[in-house]
Amino acid sequence: MRNIHIKDITEAVKNLCMDANYDLPEDVLHAFNRGLEMEESPVGKAVLKALIKNASIAKDEKIPICQDTGFAVFFVDIGQEVHIEGGSLKEAINEGVRQGYKDGYLRKSICDAFTRKNTGDNTPAVINYDIVPGDKLKIICAPKGGGSSNMSRVTMLKPADGIEGIKKYVIQRVLESGSNPCPPVIVGVGIGGTLEMAALIATKALLRPIGIVNQDPVLKEIEEDILRKINDLGMGPEGFGGRFYAMAVHIEKFQCHIASLPVAANISCHASRHKEIIL
Amino acid sequence: MSEIIRLKTPLTDDVIEKLKIGDQVLITGTLYTARDAAHKRLVDLLNNGRELPFDIRGQIIYYVGPAPARPGYVTGPAGPTTSGRMDPYAPRLMEAGMKGMIGKGARSKEVIDAMRKYKCVYFAAIGGAAALIARSIKKVNMIAYEDLGTEAVRRMEVEDFQAIVVNDIYGNDLYQEGMKKYRRNEQRPDFRQDIQDKTG
Repeated sequence: MRNIHIKDITEAVKNLCMDANYDLPEDVLHAFNRGLEMEESPVGKAVLKALIKNASIAKDEKIPICQDTGFAVFFVDIGQEVHIEGGSLKEAINEGVRQGYKDGYLRKSICDAFTRKNTGDNTPAVINYDIVPGDKLKIICAPKGGGSSNMSRVTMLKPADGIEGIKKYVIQRVLESGSNPCPPVIVGVGIGGTLEMAALIATKALLRPIGIVNQDPVLKEIEEDILRKINDLGMGPEGFGGRFYAMAVHIEKFQCHIASLPVAANISCHASRHKEIIL
Repeated sequence: MSEIIRLKTPLTDDVIEKLKIGDQVLITGTLYTARDAAHKRLVDLLNNGRELPFDIRGQIIYYVGPAPARPGYVTGPAGPTTSGRMDPYAPRLMEAGMKGMIGKGARSKEVIDAMRKYKCVYFAAIGGAAALIARSIKKVNMIAYEDLGTEAVRRMEVEDFQAIVVNDIYGNDLYQEGMKKYRRNEQRPDFRQDIQDKTG
């Protein structure tokens, strides 16, 4: 067994929250630059230039890319030979969120569902745990904004709807989202499993760096087809009209129940933020 | 593409009448911030015959909930939030004299109709360009509802605040027209009808 103290986990989570919100991943910046080359709309180009400048200001000045610093979402892979000492893992992560959002001047956006009273410290976090082989602890922090989350959906298609039905559903969802999720977006698609599994793998799909192709050739082809059709809609950056609405479509697939075909579309805004650490 | 138009607040009808969708503007003057919770309170005041905490006539409301300011900064990053959530309240504020709104995302038919009726224009700021936008905000004062935290009503003094006209007073919509101009898919479902379903 390898011991990891909760103090180290809290410290790591605090830094992840801040870094994720200040520092846009390189693959997203590359995508902005690629978009600048393919975008035909002058307004669309101006938007992409503004986003590149925005990311550079945020990184240099250590201020958030977006005022919506998101729901603090975590993916935690716990090695089965790891022993967490000093207290509760969940509380250690929430304490890291508390400290990171306070010390990092990040917005606290979490409230009670009914009274809408803000919790004041951006907790509780949404934490997804997985037990994996090994003696490491991997923590991914992926803050998720409200505007793009509101545009995300999960549905239960009929098995007869098939691949064409899935494509139609995802494209329709994107069309209905319009400018709300702050395009250029990444569309994470989860196919199969149960209702919650489809949503979970759609979210995980957003973590794949842009430009890394799907290892499954069938999924790769579906991703490319959906991406082309989305960008052919002409909504463009920020929905002002143009070529570059979506930076990527990423699909994850899981087995289905014989009666079901769950599909989730989780849309990420252009501030597709995530940082990870391995302890 | 049109030239960049410089606007000063408060907005007057003769200025608003000239604005068309797709116009890129730089706004200098005052913006008032409000999101869902503040809108509910403002409209409640009006409906009870009470005065608003600021004179809304000719003014622009910016849908924003800024991040906290680092020491030495006037404001934290402050990009637009989704405007559709303010749709139930916006016509009442237009009736009271509001002349502009800044946010992101499509508005309902009711709001667009009210914009024609009361001569009010809807601008989009670049969603998510919050660190960049904050640079055009020069001064921030708390006006009302401090208990709402980031959602409180603030007065912002801005210089060359970058925005684009999405809905003018003639019923045009940049989101629809922009998409039409660049779309390649003729089998497109009807956009206007679809977006009525939005919740964001």
